[in-house]
Amino acid sequence: MGYRTDYARVQQLGSAHEGVGHWWGQRISSLALIPLTPFFVIPFGRALGGGHEAIVATYSTWGNAFVAVAFLLVGFWHLAQGLQVVIEDYVPKKALRVGLILGNTLLCGAFALAGVFAILTILLRG
Amino acid sequence: MVQLTLPKNSRIRTGKTWPKPEGATRTRTFRIYRWNPDDGQNPRVDTYVVDLDDCGPMVLDALIWIKTKIDPTLTFRRSCREGICGSCAMNIDGGNQLACIFGMDEVKGDVAIYPLPHMPVVKDLVPDLTHFYAQHASIMPWLETKSNEPAKEWRQSIEDREKLDGLYECVMCACCSTSCPSYWWNGDRYLGPAALLHAYRWIIDSRDEATGERLDELHDPFKLYRCHTIMNCAKTCPKGLNPAKAIAEIKKLMVERVV
Repeated sequence: MGYRTDYARVQQLGSAHEGVGHWWGQRISSLALIPLTPFFVIPFGRALGGGHEAIVATYSTWGNAFVAVAFLLVGFWHLAQGLQVVIEDYVPKKALRVGLILGNTLLCGAFALAGVFAILTILLRG
Repeated sequence: MVQLTLPKNSRIRTGKTWPKPEGATRTRTFRIYRWNPDDGQNPRVDTYVVDLDDCGPMVLDALIWIKTKIDPTLTFRRSCREGICGSCAMNIDGGNQLACIFGMDEVKGDVAIYPLPHMPVVKDLVPDLTHFYAQHASIMPWLETKSNEPAKEWRQSIEDREKLDGLYECVMCACCSTSCPSYWWNGDRYLGPAALLHAYRWIIDSRDEATGERLDELHDPFKLYRCHTIMNCAKTCPKGLNPAKAIAEIKKLMVERVV
């Protein structure tokens, strides 16, 4: 129970002056994923049944490796942004929300880096 | 915040079925949400039968008929009876409507009436809109100017005035905000479609000199960016307005400032 007015409650801590970067980033990454997704999925799908050798052969070429790295970076960036919005929408408890946003950002970053490292290892070492 | 089940004291029970009007030949059944804060009881749904030959065609006519002829304790807001004041907004047949301009013939079967969704209830069909009005006040719903007052008036061209069409008609009935899932979950921080439509109405007003400050205030992940273009607001607006479009226009202006 408190005696703050409704107007004070609406004002809260004021505007964060943030949000347009996140929103614009989601749109840019969506657009980038339109061409990147088929260019990544088609060679990856072809190599998938062929075992280790086929995968190595696919990502030993600069073109496929470049698309895969771009797809992983943009894809996980997009995923991190999208999941953050879902967390902000549906998790009201502050500590849990902050923890989940932190975990989401770190995990998406770690998966993206692991993927990029794997692709570069295949490309450079064969 | 997300609540998928109602708390125990908010669960709705079956209420009283009131006797049918004597001698009525054309009737319509109404199932109406009732809750009285003073009796300590859970909410209930009462059933009323309305004599259509003795009652006007709108849902508000039926509510007034019920209050006059059957149950004077039924509580609801109403004033203008022509869709201008926004008082009689309620959830009718699953959608938010103004009862005064929503015809009974638009509903098939029994007419179910509840208060506007996800708002605290004062009594029966009367929601507490205090927070909603405070959100409206927070967007500075007035002309902000810094230049010297003109001798006569702040002039506006016909073309600039036309930009306000589809915005100024909002009557603040709260149908849009209370139909928005984002507003349900984060209504304490998200301003909601009604307040944002009004914000855009002043942002786009050629006479206003506080456009930057207005955008600064809205530049927030919760105040503005909880809108995910669900479009319930545009679908439900009894005045046929499109708050989602106004919000999209604000987002476009935000991008325009950075690119």
